[in-house]
Amino acid sequence: MNGFAFHRLWAVVLKEFIQMRRDRATFGMMIGIPLLQLTLFGFAINSDPKHLSTAIRAADQGPFARTLVAAMRSSGYFNLDHEATTEAEADRLLRLGEVQFVINIPEDFSRRLLRGERPTVLLEADATDPAATGPALSALRALSDRVLDRDLTGPLAPLRAKAGPVDFAIHAHYNPENITQYNVVPGLMGVVLTMTMVVITALAITRERERGTMENLLATPVRPFEVMVGKILPYIIVGYVQVTLILLAAHYFFNVPMLGSLPLLYAVALLFIAANLAMGITFSTLAKNQLQATQMATFFFLPSILLSGFMFPFRGMPAWAQWLGSCLPNTHFLRIVRGILLKGNGLAEIAPEIWPILLFLAIVMTVAVKRYRQTLD
Amino acid sequence: MTATDYAIDVAGVTKKFGDKTVVNAVSLQVRRGEIYGFLGPNGSGKTTFIRMLCGLLTPDVGTGTCLGFDVRTRQRDIKRHVGYMTQRFSYYEDLSIRENLDFIARLYDLPDRRAAVDHSLERLGLVNRSRQLAGQLSGGWKQRLALAACLIHSPQLLLLDEPTAGVDPKARREFWDEIHQLAADGLTVLITTHYMDEAERCHRLAYLAYGQLLARGTVAEVVATAKLTTWIVTGPGLPPLAAALRGRDGVEQVVAFGNTLHVSGRDAAKLESVIADVRAPTHEWTCVRSGLEDVFISLMDGAEDNFS
Ligand SMILES: Nc1ncnc2c1ncn2[C@@H]1O[C@H](COP(=O)(O)OP(=O)(O)O)[C@@H](O)[C@H]1O
Ligand SMILES: [Mg+2]
Repeated sequence: MNGFAFHRLWAVVLKEFIQMRRDRATFGMMIGIPLLQLTLFGFAINSDPKHLSTAIRAADQGPFARTLVAAMRSSGYFNLDHEATTEAEADRLLRLGEVQFVINIPEDFSRRLLRGERPTVLLEADATDPAATGPALSALRALSDRVLDRDLTGPLAPLRAKAGPVDFAIHAHYNPENITQYNVVPGLMGVVLTMTMVVITALAITRERERGTMENLLATPVRPFEVMVGKILPYIIVGYVQVTLILLAAHYFFNVPMLGSLPLLYAVALLFIAANLAMGITFSTLAKNQLQATQMATFFFLPSILLSGFMFPFRGMPAWAQWLGSCLPNTHFLRIVRGILLKGNGLAEIAPEIWPILLFLAIVMTVAVKRYRQTLD
Repeated sequence: MTATDYAIDVAGVTKKFGDKTVVNAVSLQVRRGEIYGFLGPNGSGKTTFIRMLCGLLTPDVGTGTCLGFDVRTRQRDIKRHVGYMTQRFSYYEDLSIRENLDFIARLYDLPDRRAAVDHSLERLGLVNRSRQLAGQLSGGWKQRLALAACLIHSPQLLLLDEPTAGVDPKARREFWDEIHQLAADGLTVLITTHYMDEAERCHRLAYLAYGQLLARGTVAEVVATAKLTTWIVTGPGLPPLAAALRGRDGVEQVVAFGNTLHVSGRDAAKLESVIADVRAPTHEWTCVRSGLEDVFISLMDGAEDNFS
């Protein structure tokens, strides 16, 4: 940047900090929004629903099958309140949403179990709402290994194979990605950051213009790049406070596993926060007044929440929506956060999601600096 | 006199917004160390002209220099050496006086920032209020803050856009004393105002109406070029007399000032013949030097006839 001076950048940063400190309402909003969202998405929308309607289609009514069904019932997740005799009937129940699950116990279940052939129990799930089915499915996985241990004693003991005597085949209908319960809270991180960071900076320049302070700023030697970056830096810290709040809640209230490296997550979050702040700054150079700026921010926020894979499974969306979603930083950040927290991904695995955010940041920042007028023409 | 003896030296400066010409071919020279008054009705283009001088707007047509820097290409250099006080208060209301000054001082990278801020607080009598938020200040104090802020980087040229609007007479007087002190120290000041007493305190003046520069020079020169004749009438029954005079050919202004009436017109002979018509022994008529206000109103009326 030609003529860039750190002292001027620093002047803007300090000024923004003081203004941020004085503006209690905005500051409160920036802390309040993550808390509100966590409550809404985390608690109000039950993340560990139990007693889900389940239909059973048992072709084998033997003792092993009965043990299995009893164990499922006592796990608390499955309410075995329907019985289906044919596949068509089971299908219908699932399709109509009468049941969340159908358990298919094959005819030769007991026979194959005794032969040590690991018979397959097919569990069909209506996974449209992954938050509903996820916990039940994980409970089932845990239970399948141990459920028959009591029955398999004496001469049958060798059948307690390491991999479990029964093979559960889970067929998640309507949701190819098969998202788990932990999806929502990490996903919230990107949503909260998009919501607050974009709005806060969208107002940054329009406010200066509306209050008349812009004319003064333009009359000093300060450069556009210095004003932009100076307005972005203080809010990066705010973004980090939000990230930390969500991570704490994820850990202590929602027991979200954190398999990957938190420093890596914080490092990538920096990039994502900067991208959103730059987006806001760009809006604020385009908008004529604060109302317009807020509208633009909302316009950006909606696809970020709807098309990023937060609300609906990404791969389940039509191609155009996926394409649009891929342009949004939140889509990539969502995958990064889930990848790091839930799958323990490292830098190598998340790298393909980093560069789109970088590219977005570069483009948006260029537009912002180009749009920021040095004169009042 | 060489070009650099002028703090401002522009010729034919024109600015259009859409198809409306807001500043039309204005030429202006302001000598260094001079207090130059810039007058004209609202919307005549004063603010726009000043913005072109300090690099906030680029002229559509016209050339010139400000402090020796080309107004088209050296806007960054101009900004460094000019102090611009905007018409509307444009410092941060949610920052204290000291924080505002400190912010500006940092932007200019002043070598001894703290001292510069302290010094400007002291000189403008703001020391006791330095922690007060700018938004809580009254008009007069806001104006002081703005002046302090645009002086902090020791500019060579001060552009003041209606600095005393809404300020009480005592504060205005003090403000002007300060301006004269600064000019005595070598600073050049271009100041816009609507107050005649302030216009009289300028070394030289320019009068702008509808984007056109209608008159310029010292107060005496401006008054002389207007060629306006003014009579003062005293006596009883002035309101009916005023009504009788208004609208007569040759009478341009009939203005009541307390117990007197000012009657003026550009054509001295015509005016005198009208006066001869209405003259009665009960009234005393005196021909006086036209005041600046009479001159400006006459200029504006003349311009209205020409441009609208
Ligand atoms: N940025 C702008 N865009 C369009 N019109 C403008 C702009 N700035 C000023 N004007 C118009 O130019 C005219 C002159 O304005 P201004 O220079 O502020 O006059 P003054 O300062 O003498 O009152 C006004 O009619 C105003 O509406
Ligand atoms: Mg003006």
